[in-house]
This record gives sequence, structure tokens and C-alpha cells, in this order.
Amino acid sequence: MERSATSPSALTGAVKGNGDAVFAAIVRCSAALILLGLGGMVAVMAWGARGAFARFGLGFVFDKAWNPVTQHFGAAAPMFGTVITALLSILLAVPLAFGIAVWLTEIASARIAGVIGTLIQLLAAVPSIIFGMWGFAVLVPFMAHYVEPLASHTLGRVPGIGTLFRGAPYGTGFLTGGMILAVMITPFICAVMRDVFLSMPAVLKESAYGLGMTRWEVVRRIILPWSRSSVVGGVMLGLGRALGETMAITFVIGNANHIGWSLFSPGNTIASLIALEFPESAVGSLKFSSLMAAGFLLMLISLGTLVCSRLLLRTKAAGR
Amino acid sequence: MATHPTTPTVQAAPCAGARWQGNSVSDIRRRMVDRVATTLCWAATVLVLLMLFSILFVLVRNGVGGLRWVTFVHVTLPPGQAGGLANAIVGSLIQTGLAVLIGAPVGLLVGIYLAEFTATDGKLINFVRFVSDLLLSAPSILVGLFIYMIVVVPSGHFSGLAGALALSMLVVPVVVRTTEDMLRLVPLAMREAAIALGAPRWRMILFVCLRAAREGVATGILLALARVSGETAPLLFTSLGNMNWSIAPGKPMASLPVTIYQYAGAAYADWTALAWTGALLITTGILMINITVRLGLGRNRK
Repeated sequence: MERSATSPSALTGAVKGNGDAVFAAIVRCSAALILLGLGGMVAVMAWGARGAFARFGLGFVFDKAWNPVTQHFGAAAPMFGTVITALLSILLAVPLAFGIAVWLTEIASARIAGVIGTLIQLLAAVPSIIFGMWGFAVLVPFMAHYVEPLASHTLGRVPGIGTLFRGAPYGTGFLTGGMILAVMITPFICAVMRDVFLSMPAVLKESAYGLGMTRWEVVRRIILPWSRSSVVGGVMLGLGRALGETMAITFVIGNANHIGWSLFSPGNTIASLIALEFPESAVGSLKFSSLMAAGFLLMLISLGTLVCSRLLLRTKAAGR
Repeated sequence: MATHPTTPTVQAAPCAGARWQGNSVSDIRRRMVDRVATTLCWAATVLVLLMLFSILFVLVRNGVGGLRWVTFVHVTLPPGQAGGLANAIVGSLIQTGLAVLIGAPVGLLVGIYLAEFTATDGKLINFVRFVSDLLLSAPSILVGLFIYMIVVVPSGHFSGLAGALALSMLVVPVVVRTTEDMLRLVPLAMREAAIALGAPRWRMILFVCLRAAREGVATGILLALARVSGETAPLLFTSLGNMNWSIAPGKPMASLPVTIYQYAGAAYADWTALAWTGALLITTGILMINITVRLGLGRNRK
């Protein structure tokens, strides 16, 4: 790898003193802090969740009840909402991000691509609560008045997939949540794709064009196969972000503990459940412990996704 | 979409030679597919840009009315009493400032570790970098829960300091990433010169390498500041928010994002208006930092 060539560590033969040892110790301690941070998060969540898992066992994961009155809690509904909204967002965001990345690298001129690329990246800097407010003020009414009635009158009549599009047009729900998340994660996926597309050796593309391929064929048959694992890594990165997103989704998901196949029906996610229910639960209560258990599950799901993403992105970087 | 069959017009393709641009059915089909794909790429870009402009437009339209003097100098008040956002603005500044003060040095040191200690602890370094990358995209609400459990519960009350601690956990990985990248760009010759002059390694790293990379490192810290100043979820369980003037770090502290969150869903018109003003303020600030950073980076790269 290139980095070892410029590595300064070869230059250790200089004057040695206590300064270096002390400095190395300080620096290593800080690195340990990072490991402690993540390890501590997992451990503390597991510790806080012990009450819920002791009471409900593994059934907690599959139980769809969330009833503070009977002290009966399960994480199935919020987990369902988390996974459905994240998958919907990926379904919407990947074609968008791919289209933009192709546009930025293959279609637009370099100068314009620079400006537009910066604008797209600015979208990634907008705080998630702003997306929530925008979704609540713009997207929810739009969905309720136009998209959802139209969809249930047309797509809702189709046998089979029709179930997905039936239901009262509240505007809030799984689909709106997925759409908000899609807008939020598109810049991240797009940035990864753009970097990979740009790092591709130009000679491969040139020879393909030289053989008479159209632009789409070059993208489809040369660029995509070459960058597949990084693209999948970028998609997983977006998925990881979508899973853990809290504020935007809290505004538009509808917040009902509900599992259903209608994309228009309100639901909740683990993150929105925690954000809304946490202030009302006393430390040490079963409800508190159940929230921590839900948080622990979210931690496992999102860390799993992120680990896959990093491994995919890294194998490509190392193999280059 | 162009569904009707067009008559084959031989146009000059941007890159491809004319040889394969024949008029056979398969060639026309190929060109049609290419045309459709190109259109879809344009559509994707325009759609996402429209979203960005829609967000900015809605923010300005709903928030600009609240940009009055009273908003900046008055604390939040019960509905109907023309309150402002002063305590939230100051609270946000204090908490993000503290978060950067706590997080940036740690991030710097870890960045130095990742960039400069590769020869001695290579395996461990890969692991630390991996964990730091995981923290970079870990759900921020879980960071809030974590600090709640280890700071708020033992100390018995919500506090601005706990909020700052939660935010600093989000600052660290951003600073680590940029510091490492920037240190790797420092030329070997500079290190050799420092060593040849007899500088110990720690002086070389701190006073030569870090000094050479200081603009990039400052960029990273600014980006981290921008990243955490809009975070809401970690503050919900740590600094909680405060209706009164709050600058003591040991007490519950107001912040713009939490105030926005509480006010946005409220039934009072003046509260929602304040939420939009706060949202406009915070987004403007964050976008300004980002644009400055990007312009600065673009200038340096040339």
C-alpha cells in the first residue's frame, strides 16, 4: 500500500527521550477511549436491557404487544417499522444516487458537476430534524392529498400488490417515512458511488467507447461490474444510517405500534419509539428496560449493517 | 418517456465512432436505451436538487418572519407571550463549544495515532480505525442513551455537560478521519528535516506535521461542529432543554434543536413560528460552515 511508503514510523532512530514514551502513552490512551466508547455503548445497552430479556426472553423480539398497562412489551412492531422504512428508503435512494453519480461523472461537464455535486453534498449536512419538519409540513400533506388517494384508486385495485396501497390516506406512515429517509441517505450513497466511479482507470472506459459502446452500455457493462463491491458497500452505509435515523422519522411515521402490509398505515421504528416513550419511563421500570432492550436490538442491527459496509468498502480500497 | 418509435436519425454520438452506429434494429434499440438512461440520470439529479431547494424555500418562507430583535434577546416564554430563542441559542453555542473542546483533542490524538504509529501497532490501528468508522455512523440516539445511563442516572439530573459529552462522542470520529487524512499528506521530506535537526518524534509530530496540516485539521473540526450543532436525539435524554435562562453546565440546558423539536409539534402558532425561525437559523449556520469549508478546501487543492 502507498501509505507505508510515506510512513514516518521508519524515522524512529532520532533522539530518544522520555518525551516520546509519554507522547506514545497519551496517544494510545486516546485510541483506547474510542474502543471504550463503542464497547461501553454495547455493554451499557445490554446491561440496561437485562430486565426485559429476563422477563420476556427471546420472545421479546417476536412479540408485537406494547402495553404499559399490563406491563407487556415486545419489539416486533418497531423492528418491523425500522426494517420496512429502511428497505423502502434504500429502494428509492439507490436509483436516485446511482443516477446522480452517473450524471456527475459521465454526463455533466467537470465545472458544472463540481457545483451540483457540492449542492448535493450540502443536502447531507442538513440536520435530520429539519427533514422532519419539512416532511411534516410539505411531504405529509402532499402524500395525503395527492399520492395516496391516487395510488389506492389505481394500484390498490391490482390483485396481489394491491394490499400494499390500500388504507386511509393519513399522509403519515411507512411510505412517507421511507421517502424522507431516502432523501436523507441519497447524498451519502451518491458520494461513495461518485468516488468509486471517478477512481476508475480512464483507459477501461476509453477502450469501451472506442469499441462503439453507448454511454449506458459503458456504465452498465464496464463501470458497474468494476465498482460493484464498493457500490454495495455504499448502499449498506446508507442502510445503516437509515436504520438509526430518529428525528426525521419521528415526525412522519405516525407513531402507532402496528404491523401491517399497507404502506400508508402509521407505524413506528425503534428510534422513534425510544425518542417518544423515553421521557415517560422511570429508570428501573420494566418499560425502561424494554426500551433499552429495543435500543440494544437497534444497536445490533445497525452495527451489523455497518460492519458489512466497511468490510465491502475496505476490500475494494485494499485491492486497488 | 419516449415510447413512440422515432425514425432513426443518425446523430453524432458524443464518444462512439460512427462504425457501430448503424441503423439496424438492435442499434436503434441500443441508442434508445442510452437516451432513456441519460434522461433518467438527469431526472434523478433534478429531483434531488428540487428537494434541497424545496427544503430551503420552506425554511425561509416559514422562518424569516421570526427574524426579529426580540427572538435573539428574549428567552422562551409560555405561548402567547412573544418569547424568543435567546436561551436556546446560547445553550446550543455552549454545548457545541464544550463538545468540540472535549472531542477535538481526543480526535486529534487518535488521528495522530492512526497516521503516525503504523509501524509499531499496525493490527491494532486497523481495528481502531474500523471502530472509529463505526462510531461515525452509529445511531446518535443510542449515544444519548449511553450518556444518559453513565452520566445522567448516576448524577441524578440532566445537565448541559452531559449533552456536551454526548455530542463530543459524535465529534471524535469526524476529527479522527480528517486528522489522519491530512497527516498522511504531509511530505516525508519535512519529517526527515525535523528528525535530522534532532527533534524528538513527539515534537516532529506536533510542531512540524500537525502544523503543516493545520488547515485541514481545522476543517475537520469545523465540519464536526457543523455535524453536531443540528443533532437533536442525543440531547433529548442528556441536557433535556430548559424554558429559562440556562448557562450553568451542571443544570438542564436549552438548545436550538431540542427547542425546535418541542415547538414544532405544538398547537400554538407562535411556538411553531419560533420553531421555524430556529430551524432557519441552525440550517443557515450549518450550511455556511459547510460552504466555507468546501470553498477553502477547493482553493487549497489547486
